[in-house]
Order: sequence, then C-alpha cells, then structure tokens
Amino acid sequence: MPRPHFYLLLALLAAYGLSASTGWLEARLDGWAYYQDVLIGIGINIILAVSLNLVNGYTGQFSLGHAGFMSVGAYLAAAVSLFLGPRLLGEEGGTAFQQGLMFLAALTAGGLGAALAGVAVGIPSLRLKGDYLALVTLGFGEIIRVIFQNVEVLGGALGLNGIPAYTSLFWVLAVGAVTVFTVTSLVHSTYGRGFLATHDDEVASEAVGLNTTRYKIVAFVIGAFFAGAAGGLYGHFKMTITPTGFDFTKSIEIVVMVILGGMGNTLGVILAAILLTLLPEVLRPIAEYRMIIYSLLLIVLMIVRPQGLFNFKFGKAKL
Amino acid sequence: MSEFLQQLLNGLSLGAIYALIALGYTMVYGVLRFINFAHSDVFMVGAFLGYYLGKFIPENTVGGGLLILLGAMLGCAVLGMTIERLAYRPLRGAATLNVLITAIGVSLLLEYSGQVFFGATPRTFPAVFPSANFTLGGLVISSNQVVVIVVTALLMVGLQFIVYRTKIGTAMRAVSLNPKAAQLVGVNNDIVISFTFGLGSALAGAGGILYALNYPSIDPLMGVMPGLKAFVAAVLGGIGNIPGAALGGLLLGTVETFVNGSQWSTYKDAIAFAILIIILLFRPAGLLGKASVEKV
Repeated sequence: MPRPHFYLLLALLAAYGLSASTGWLEARLDGWAYYQDVLIGIGINIILAVSLNLVNGYTGQFSLGHAGFMSVGAYLAAAVSLFLGPRLLGEEGGTAFQQGLMFLAALTAGGLGAALAGVAVGIPSLRLKGDYLALVTLGFGEIIRVIFQNVEVLGGALGLNGIPAYTSLFWVLAVGAVTVFTVTSLVHSTYGRGFLATHDDEVASEAVGLNTTRYKIVAFVIGAFFAGAAGGLYGHFKMTITPTGFDFTKSIEIVVMVILGGMGNTLGVILAAILLTLLPEVLRPIAEYRMIIYSLLLIVLMIVRPQGLFNFKFGKAKL
Repeated sequence: MSEFLQQLLNGLSLGAIYALIALGYTMVYGVLRFINFAHSDVFMVGAFLGYYLGKFIPENTVGGGLLILLGAMLGCAVLGMTIERLAYRPLRGAATLNVLITAIGVSLLLEYSGQVFFGATPRTFPAVFPSANFTLGGLVISSNQVVVIVVTALLMVGLQFIVYRTKIGTAMRAVSLNPKAAQLVGVNNDIVISFTFGLGSALAGAGGILYALNYPSIDPLMGVMPGLKAFVAAVLGGIGNIPGAALGGLLLGTVETFVNGSQWSTYKDAIAFAILIIILLFRPAGLLGKASVEKV
C-alpha cells in the first residue's frame, strides 16, 4: 500500500473540489439533484461496507448487527443537532461554518455512541463463533431497534423528524475517505496484522502471543464507530429516521456488499457497495421485479462466484 | 389464577406453532449445519397456499380444514425440496458463510416474489375450521387453539416416529452425526437431505396454516418475526435436537404471551432475542443439547 496518507489528502481535496463545484454542476447537468442523492447513498453504503469489512472480512467475525450501530449513531447525531443545535447556533441557525462544526460534533458523537454500543455488545458476544456470533449480533441489533421504538424522547415508533439537512457530497466523501484510510492503514500496520492473524487461525495467533479477543473487540468497536458516523450522515441526509429503517434487513444489505466484494478486500467492497446501490436505481423502471432480480442475482453469484464478485485472488478466498 | 391459566393456554398455543417452525430449523441444522433463513418464508407460503386452497374447499368443515392443511404441507414440502435442489445443493461443501448468504437470498426471493404475486396488502385468512368457544371453569378455549395444539401434538408424534422408527429416519440421524461416515455405510446423503428439507418444510406449512387460523391477517412478510423467534426457540432447546425444539417453542411462546399481557408489552419482540443472547452466552448448547468440546 503506497502512502495511504497521500490518497487521503487527495480524496479530501477531491471532496472539497466537488463540493465547490456543486453549484456549477447543478446549473449545467439536468437532474443533478437526483444524481447527487444517488452519490450520497453510494457514499454512505461505502462507509458502512468498508467498516463492516474490518469486522467480517479482515478479522473474520461474522456480525449481522451493523444496522444496530448505524441506528445508534443516527439517533445520537440527530439528537445532538435537534436538541443541542438550536441552543448553540441560535434561532437563525448560525453561519455555514458554525453549522459545519455542529455537524462534525454530531457525527463524532454518533460515532462515539455507536463505538460505546460496540464495546457493550462486543465484550460478551465475541466469545462466540460463526453462526452463533451472527445470531447474537442480529439479536442485539433487534433489541436496539425495539429500545428505540420505546423511547418517547426519541420519537418512539414514529422516529425523529425535521433533522437539519447538513449532509452534502463533501461530508460523505470526507467521512468515506477517512473510513477507507483508517481501515486500510490499520490492517497494513504492524499492529493490524493481528486482525488478519485472528482471521486466519485463532489458535495459532494465541500461541504466538496475540490477544485475539482484544483484536476482535477493537475491530468491532472501530467498525461500530464508522457505522455510527454513517448513521449520522444518513439521518442528516434523509432528514427523518425511524427505528424500522435499521432492522436486520439493512444489516443483511451491508453484509451482502462485503461478501460480494470479497471478504477482506477493501477495493472490492467499495465496488460492490457502488454496484449494489446503483442496481436498484437502474432497475427502477421495472420497480416491481427489481428486488426479485436482486435476490436471484445474490443466489446465482454465491453459487457461481463464492469468493466474491471482485475478489481476483483465486484460491485465496478462505472464509 | 384463571387469568394466569388463560395466558398459559394462549402461550402454549402460540408456542406450539413456534415449535413446528423450530423443528424445521433444527432438522436442517442437524444435517447441513447452517441456518436456513428461507424457512420462515416457506411458512409464509404455507399460509398463502391455505388461503388459495380455501377458495375451492368449503369453509367451516373439519374435513375441508384438514384437506387444506395437508395441501399446504404437501406444497411446502415440494417447495422446500426444490429450494434445496436448486440453491443449496450446488453449494454442498462450500463455506458456511456462502450458504448462509444464499439462504438469505432465497428468503428475499420468496418475500419479494410473494409481494409481486400475492400483493403486499394483508389478506384475511378464511375460517377453514369451524370455530366455537368453550368455557371451562372461567377459561375461554377457542376451537382454533384446540386445533393448533392437537395438530401440533400429532405432527410431533409422527415426526418422532419417522426419525426414530423408520429407515430414512435412521439415515437422517446418521447424516447428522457424521455425513462422511454415513456415506461410507451406504446412505445416500442427497436423498436424506432432500427428505429432511421436505419434512421440515411440511411442518412449516402446517405452522403457517395454524398461525393464520389464530392471526387471520396474512401478508408476504408475515414469516419474518415468527421465523426468527422459532429459530431462537430451536437454539433455546439445543439446535439439532428435536425434543429441544419443541420445548424451546413452547417456552418461548409462553414467555412471550406473558410479557405481552404485562406492562412491558411493547418489548415483546426484544424478549426472544434477550433470551437468545442469554442462552448463547451461558449455555450455548441449549437446554437439552449436549455441550461439545471443541477440538483443535
């Protein structure tokens, strides 16, 4: 991996450039608003998939509760902007810079909250393996959803409305770049080799002195942090969030991206996230049948290319 | 006291349905070691088969009701075997994760096809069995609850017979114990696995009809929650263990009904998962399962 810092800087610059030229594009490109929405959706899915890939792909711990962490982040970030925002920014809503700072604080709070949830879920459940771990994380995700449905302050089953629309292409790209940067430089660092070792052979890793439990929890918590940030972006993009939007079908959607991309292959996962977000958009004219095609594709791909769509390292697709 | 008994009765009839679905999960897990996510949608198809068969068969007769039940079970058995043949058999020997994702794919396929072919709006399930309410010392027993409990009990006895007293049942147990060794002594694993899917799916079909009798609003996503809870029931009893699945289903149904009747009713969906987590953390083999030592 040559100089990830350089790529991060490049991505941030690109994000800034793109956000600066939004006005220009809007004037010249028909239906830019729609494209922008699709792009933001892709970006959020990339963040979710890449962060889950750290847990499912690199560390080999099958989690089905990513949407749960996403919802914690979405709710916390939305709560920060809704309840703290008016007090700090005043009635007028403050300048663009102040709003930006506010949003950054909200996203960080969302991420940290989700990371905290990750610690709480991870410590008990990461003792389990395989199917059982998948089920426990699924269970935790559903419990988080039911709790949100019952908390009146957060809108109960109706969810939160009127969240300020802070999310822009710039924010999505920037958070996405930071996510990709963190995950790739982490797994390529000396410390991060431990994630791969945990994935490859837990017993052997422990025999050479790695604390595999700690690696699993660290992966889980970092994954949850970025899922929370993605949740914050999602909430400030849709402007309304409901508990049912984060049920286990959402988790499965993210897992599918990771698996199609090829577990433990960040570039592949990014491509899969793009493809799977675009697919329903492309199939929109045949709206009724699009989900049927989506699920059929999933089955066929698993049978024909079990190592993932974008995993070109043949014979290395160990799961 | 009479309220307690009433809730217990309601809980048992709900639990009986969970048990029927859980049996399918547990049997498939026993022979193939993976969670068949599509099972809950076979359950949904069972209810819809009953709905469509109900148009041709006179309502409110015991014979007609049984005919619908058998028809749905047969249809679901065929569906389950087809799913196994087309989607899971090509993946025999693949990583568990791939099979799991395929199962999720099949589940989504059934749900979305259901939304296209059956329509997404809920339908009212016909009263296929004649219904009446009996009162017994302050207890209100509906005939549908009796049907649920009787049919479930009969199916379980039948299943027990098949698994422990027939040749194919012995083969099923052999495959579940050790697939390779079973093959070596002449068991045709493909046939056994196909049969297991058929059997499990037939039970899910029966579960679908019985569920729809008690909750007569059916839609293509109706299987998701009962399916997940039935899976929890299977884990609770000890996955791969047939009496365990029955016990787990009854326990879960009872606990859920009591929670539903209390002030915590809005948390009833969380209860199943809380039980799942506690069981997996403290007794991963389930109530009746044997703890296995993992060898390196």
